[in-house]
Amino acid sequence: MELINQTLTLLKKEILLEWRSKYAFNGVLLYVVSTVFVCYIAFNLSAGFTGSSGYPIVWNVLFWIIMLFASVNAIAKSFVQESRGRLLYYYSIASPQAIILSKIIYNMLLMALLSTLAILVYVVFFKNVVGDPLLYFASVIIGSISFSTVFTMISAIASKAGNNGTLMAILSFPVIIPVILILVRFSKNAMDGLDRSLNYGHIGALAAINAIVIATSLLLFPYLWRD
Amino acid sequence: MKFIYQWWWKVLAVVVILYTLIAGLLINVPRLPIVHETIRNTYYHVPMWMAMFTVFTISVIYSIKYLGSSNPKHDLIAVECVNVGVFFFILGLVTGMIWAKYTWGEYWSNDPKQNSAAIAFLLYCAYLVLRNAIDEEQKRAKISAIYNIFAFPVMIVLIMVLPRMTDSLHPGNGGNPAFGKLDLDSKMRMILYPAFIAWSLFAVWIATLRYRIRLIEYKQNSLD
Repeated sequence: MELINQTLTLLKKEILLEWRSKYAFNGVLLYVVSTVFVCYIAFNLSAGFTGSSGYPIVWNVLFWIIMLFASVNAIAKSFVQESRGRLLYYYSIASPQAIILSKIIYNMLLMALLSTLAILVYVVFFKNVVGDPLLYFASVIIGSISFSTVFTMISAIASKAGNNGTLMAILSFPVIIPVILILVRFSKNAMDGLDRSLNYGHIGALAAINAIVIATSLLLFPYLWRD
Repeated sequence: MKFIYQWWWKVLAVVVILYTLIAGLLINVPRLPIVHETIRNTYYHVPMWMAMFTVFTISVIYSIKYLGSSNPKHDLIAVECVNVGVFFFILGLVTGMIWAKYTWGEYWSNDPKQNSAAIAFLLYCAYLVLRNAIDEEQKRAKISAIYNIFAFPVMIVLIMVLPRMTDSLHPGNGGNPAFGKLDLDSKMRMILYPAFIAWSLFAVWIATLRYRIRLIEYKQNSLD
């Protein structure tokens, strides 16, 4: 009960801080929009691209790559922006599990919102070829949640190691590749409008990965936390 | 820790490895389609992965111990086990690639098992890079121990679980002739299982040597 209260309070504080500055949100949104635009211009240099046979595959993979880099950038900030003194203050008032849990939930909400906006922007620029939009949207939401759980713990590790940008990418990419593989398969099924029951296995695998990552984060973060 | 200073298991490892090297080339093997005589690579390829799993497992155990004890020796064991594990990882990949050239026609044929192994390799390279990124010794030990524990289940999923979920060219996956229960005859087991144990002991031996060198360096550098 104590844990839930602390988590909720910290979560409220995260959302409030973000609402006041809107720094992470606007920054990442601009990042996504400009990446999508650059890709749009670059791909349309060659005429007849949208009609070509490989277009749906590129459409799907490109979206996930853009989301991957956007989420690395968004979540890398989650521990760096906290000053040393403030971290020490949290440590004295809340349990480490509540802190990592509130960060994970906050990042999930942020990423779900961002990827919803990203897919909207993406569809505007790249002609929509999705067969089952509802399921594709579900895959986007599940994907953003999976990214958040994995990257939050990695960003905690990377922030402790100081040197941030490269280290975050190096540490997180091997861990996220299995998730990306499942997501690309899942969303391609949704894109081709295949039967929904085909994807239960993918959803189950992603749920299992998320459960393992959250459990290990809760176990390991208390050790990482102490300085 | 007495175990690492004893000599009997090192002799055992060397004798058994010599036995598997020679017997693996001489003893008859079952003739399976596609693989034919290259089935002998089982004796040299699979034990590399077993050795790697052994040292990585030891490494994780000592990383967990380090979080509890903060004893710098545990960190030294963990890192040297990872170093040796990465070496056996490369041997496993290379023996597999040479075999693949003769049976699949390409060194690298975008096979799920090969790809997963490559990703898992990146994971442990990331561990070593993470260690280099931190100067302060205790902080380095703690953070890398945490990453090591975090990486180990991912490595298991990558190498043991994911390739089995999809079609793979690799023997034992996707209906290919395997060295599993039905195809592996008792003669092959006589060589394969001792090879697993011997190469694992051999890897542990290399790791203990490296650990002892590091321990001497550590004692020289510390103030007393």
